[in-house]
Amino acid sequence: MTVDVQDVNDLKVEIHDGSRWQHVCAYDDLIPGRGVAVLLDGDQVAVFRDRAGTLYAVDNRDPFSGTYVLSRGIVGSRGDTPTVASPMYKQVFDLRDGRCLDEETAPDGGRAVLRVWPVRGSHRPRDTDQAGSHR
Amino acid sequence: MTTYRRPRDVILVGHGMVGQRFLEALVEQPGATGLRITVLAEEPRPAYDRVQLTSWFSGTSAEELSLCPPGFLAEHGIELRLGDPVTEIDRAARTVTTRAGHTLGYDALVLATGSYPFVPPVPGHDADGCHVYRTIEDLEAIRADADGAEVGAVVGGGLLGLEAAGALRAMGLETHVVEFAPRLMALQVDEGGGALLRRKIEELGVAVHTGAGTQRVETAADGRVRAMTLSDGRELRADLVIFSAGVRPRDQLARACGLAVGERGGIVVDEGCRTDDPAVWAIGECALAVDGRVYGLVAPGYAMAETAARALAGEPGRFTGADTSTKLKLLGVDVASFGDAHGATEGALEVLYSDSRAGVYKKLVIGTDGALLGGVLVGDTEAYGLLRPLTIGGKPLQTAPEQLVLPAGFAPGAPVGLPDDAVVCSCHNVSKAAIRAALAEQGCGSVAEVKKCTKAGTGCGSCVKLLGTIVTEELAAAGVNVDTGLCEHFAHTRSELYEIVRVKGLTRFSDLLEQHGSGEGCDICKPTVASIIAGLGGGHILDGEQAALQDTNDHFLANLQRNGSYSVVPRIPGGEITPEGLITIGEIARDFGLYTKITGGQRIDLFGASVDQLPPIWQRLVAAGFESGHAYGKSLRTVKSCVGETWCRYGVQDSVGLAIELELRYRGLRSPHKLKSAVSGCARECAEAQSKDFGIIATSTGWNLHVGGNGGMTPRHADLLATDLDRETLIRTIDRFLMFYIRTADRLERTAAWLERLDGGLDHLRAVLLDDSLGICADLDALMAQHVGGYQDEWAATLADPDRLRRFASFVNAPGTPDPAVTFVPERGQIRPARPGEHGLTLTDLTPALIAGPRLEVRTA
Repeated sequence: MTVDVQDVNDLKVEIHDGSRWQHVCAYDDLIPGRGVAVLLDGDQVAVFRDRAGTLYAVDNRDPFSGTYVLSRGIVGSRGDTPTVASPMYKQVFDLRDGRCLDEETAPDGGRAVLRVWPVRGSHRPRDTDQAGSHR
Repeated sequence: MTTYRRPRDVILVGHGMVGQRFLEALVEQPGATGLRITVLAEEPRPAYDRVQLTSWFSGTSAEELSLCPPGFLAEHGIELRLGDPVTEIDRAARTVTTRAGHTLGYDALVLATGSYPFVPPVPGHDADGCHVYRTIEDLEAIRADADGAEVGAVVGGGLLGLEAAGALRAMGLETHVVEFAPRLMALQVDEGGGALLRRKIEELGVAVHTGAGTQRVETAADGRVRAMTLSDGRELRADLVIFSAGVRPRDQLARACGLAVGERGGIVVDEGCRTDDPAVWAIGECALAVDGRVYGLVAPGYAMAETAARALAGEPGRFTGADTSTKLKLLGVDVASFGDAHGATEGALEVLYSDSRAGVYKKLVIGTDGALLGGVLVGDTEAYGLLRPLTIGGKPLQTAPEQLVLPAGFAPGAPVGLPDDAVVCSCHNVSKAAIRAALAEQGCGSVAEVKKCTKAGTGCGSCVKLLGTIVTEELAAAGVNVDTGLCEHFAHTRSELYEIVRVKGLTRFSDLLEQHGSGEGCDICKPTVASIIAGLGGGHILDGEQAALQDTNDHFLANLQRNGSYSVVPRIPGGEITPEGLITIGEIARDFGLYTKITGGQRIDLFGASVDQLPPIWQRLVAAGFESGHAYGKSLRTVKSCVGETWCRYGVQDSVGLAIELELRYRGLRSPHKLKSAVSGCARECAEAQSKDFGIIATSTGWNLHVGGNGGMTPRHADLLATDLDRETLIRTIDRFLMFYIRTADRLERTAAWLERLDGGLDHLRAVLLDDSLGICADLDALMAQHVGGYQDEWAATLADPDRLRRFASFVNAPGTPDPAVTFVPERGQIRPARPGEHGLTLTDLTPALIAGPRLEVRTA
C-alpha cells in the first residue's frame, strides 16, 4: 500500500494476523529503506517501508540460516521487483510475494518462500488492547 | 622390437623430488598393480621440496618441506630404506648392493640419483667452514657455523647462489657473492639484465664480485676458513664459504656398471627415459635427455618421472625436451627468462627497454620472420604471462614488439594479437583456440566458466590475467556486452562512483541514484556508496539517509554471528591494555554473560549480545575509556605490534608506540575492504607485518614500509615500498597509500588484489606516492587530514543521541525483549549458540544475575 506522506505523523502501522488488524508501531518508526521486527502473538514479522512510502510485511525468519534476521536486511530493487537481501548469506527475496529470487529451495528441503502478511497504515485511534498483547 | 614383459620387482634409487613424483605417477598407472616397489635412499629423510629449501631458514620445518604424504608409502606397499644408498649395480645378475651390504634383485631399476654440487678443486675447498647448499643437513651445518661468523662468501652467482646469499644476509652476516662469469645468473639473463639484477642485489646489502674466480681458500691455524683469495689476487675475508657453482649429474653408479653416459656427464636415455639396458631407466638431473641436455629444473624432471612411470606400466610415453622458461622472485627481485633468451638463433634481433631509475629491464629476441623467439625481464615480469605463449606460438608477431615491452601508459592500448595456437596455460596445455572454442561453442560466458571447462588457469595461476583479457576481448568481439558496472543500479565502477561523489560533493545516496543510477539500489551498491560517503567525511554513519544504506554490521555497530546475535570488539590500540582495562572488559563480559575470545588482531571479542544489549554494554565500555574497534566495518581493524625495543632484547625501535599512533590516526577510516596493519620492532618480524595491508618493520635507522600483504585464503607477501623512512615521511606515505587505495580500488578489493591489478605495479605506486607523478598528493593529504580531524567515536556519538539509540531494539513493539529464537548452551565454561535441534536458553535465562546497567534514555515515538 502507498501512504499519503503529508499526514504520517499520527499514522499507525497495522498487520492482519489472519483474524484482525493489529497495531504494531508508528509509521514514523520506520526508516525509508530499512525494516523493523515485530512480535505478533509469538510470530516474528519483518516490516519494511521503501523510499516511496510503500509498506511490506514478511516472515522475519531467513529460511537459509534459520535465524530471525530478515528485518535487518537491506531493501532494494531487482528490475521492477522490490526486494530485501538477507544479512546472513545475502539471498534476495521479493517483498511482494516472499519468493526467494536466488534459490528455489531452502537447505531443509522446503520451498524458499516467506509468508507475506497484509500490512497497512491507519489513522484509527490506537487500541491499547491490541498493541503489545504478546507481553 | 623386444616384447615388453611386465616387471614385478621395481627398485628406485634415490628419493628426491623426481623420485617421489615417479612413485606417485607409477602407483596411478592401471598396469602397476602387483608391483613390489623398493626405494633405496641416501638421505636420512623422505623426499622434500628442494626448490623451497631456502625457506627452512625463515622457519619452514623439514616436516613442512616434506613431499611424501603420511601414509603414502604404506598405502601403496612401497618399502623405503633411508640412509642406505646403492653402491653397486650388477646388470647381468639384475641386482643392486647397498652400503649396508644388502643385495636386492630387480626386474626394473630406476635411477633418480639427482646431482651433486660442483666444488672447484681449489686448495682449501674442504676446510672447516666450507659448505654446499643442497640438503637440509647442509643448511643445518651452515646455520650452526653462521652463529659465530661475521662474514660469509658464496661462490657462484646463479639462482641457488643468490638464494644462499640472501639466507646469509638474513642471518646478519656481511655477505659477498663471487661469480666467475661477467654477470649474475649468467644462464638465465643477458648482460643488461644481469647489470640491473646486480644493482638490485647490491641494494640489499650483498657485495657482488663478478668476473672473479676463486684461487684458494685460506685457513687459520685451527684449520678453519678465514679468507678467500680471488683470481685477481684480492683477499676477501670470510668466516664461512658456500660453494654454489653449479651441479653435476650423479652418474657414477651407471658409469661403474657400463651404462652409456654423455661426454659431460648424464646417463643416456631414450624418449621413454630408458637407458641402453632395457631393464634400467634414468630420470631427473642424473639423466641426459634425447635432445642432448641435462635438465636441472624440477618441471622437466617431473615430466621424465611421468614418462618412465608410464613406460614401466607398458604405456607409451615420450620425453623429448622441455621448456626451460622461468619466472621467479629472487631476494624480492622479479626475474623471468623464456625461449631463446640469449639471441642464439641466427639472424635474431633484439628489442630493448631499460629504465635504470625504475629498475626495469626488458629484452625481446625477434627472429628474421618477425616471430618472438625469447626474452629476459628483470624488475617487472608482468608481461611474462603474455610473452611466453607468444614464443611457443612461433608465428610472426601481429603487434610491434616495442609495444610489448613499453610500460603501461606509454604503449598504445590496442589488444595484443595472440595467435590461435599460442599456449595460454602451460600447466594444462590450453591454447587460445581452445579458450575461444569454449566461449563460442560450449557456451562459456565468463572466466570462471572457461576455467571450469578447459582447466586453463587452474594450475599455477600465472595465466589468469591473460585469460581474463582474452575472455573479455572475445566476448566483446562476439557482441556480448561485458559489464564492468557495480550492479544493475549503477553502470559505474566503485572508483568512478568515488570520483563522482567527491567532485560533485554528494552526501546522499538518493541524489547519486537519481543522477547516475536507476532503481532502488541493493545490498551491493548501498553499502558501497555508504562507505564512499563516510570516507569523504559524510558524518556519522547512522545519520539521516545513511542509516538505511548500511550493512547490518555497520547498522548496529557490531558483528552479526551465525545465530543472529552480535559480537562486540572494543579498540585496543597496538594491543596495549592496562590491567584495569582487562578487568573492565572481563567484568562486562561476565555481567552480560558473553563468550570471550582473544582475536588474531590482539584484542578481545565479546560474543552473544542481542541488539538490545549493545547500548548498555557500550555505555560501560565508553565510560571506562574504550572506543569502537570498527570490527564491523570495512575500515581499519587493528595495528598489531610486537613489544619492541622498550622490552625486547632484540628490538631496535618502539613498535608499540608507532602502532598506537597509526591505529589512532586511521581508526574509523572507511575503505573498499577491511584494512589490517602491523608494526615489528626489528627484522625478526614477530608482528607479521608482511602479511598486512600495510606493515612496518623497524630498522636501526628508520622504518621499512611494506604494502599489499594478505593472509587468509589467498596469502600474499607484502611488497617493500620504501626503506629507512623517518616517522614523518612514513606516516605521510601511509596516508597517501591508503587514500590512493580508497580512491581507486574496486568494491571488496583488498590492497593485495588492488596492487596486483594496478597498472605499472609497485613502481607506479612508488612514483605516485613518493614522486607525486599524478599530481594528486596534495589532494590525498587533504583527504587524510579531513579524516583525522573529523574522527569521532561512533559508539560514544550513538549513545549520546536518543534517536540513534531507538533502533537498538529486537522488536519495535517490545523494546528490551531479546529475540527468543537466539539461544545458547554452555560449553567449556562459557556459552555457545545452540545448534539446530539442541535445547538452548536465552542469554537472560542463562545469566540471571544480569546487570542491565543504568537505563538509557530512549526517545519513544
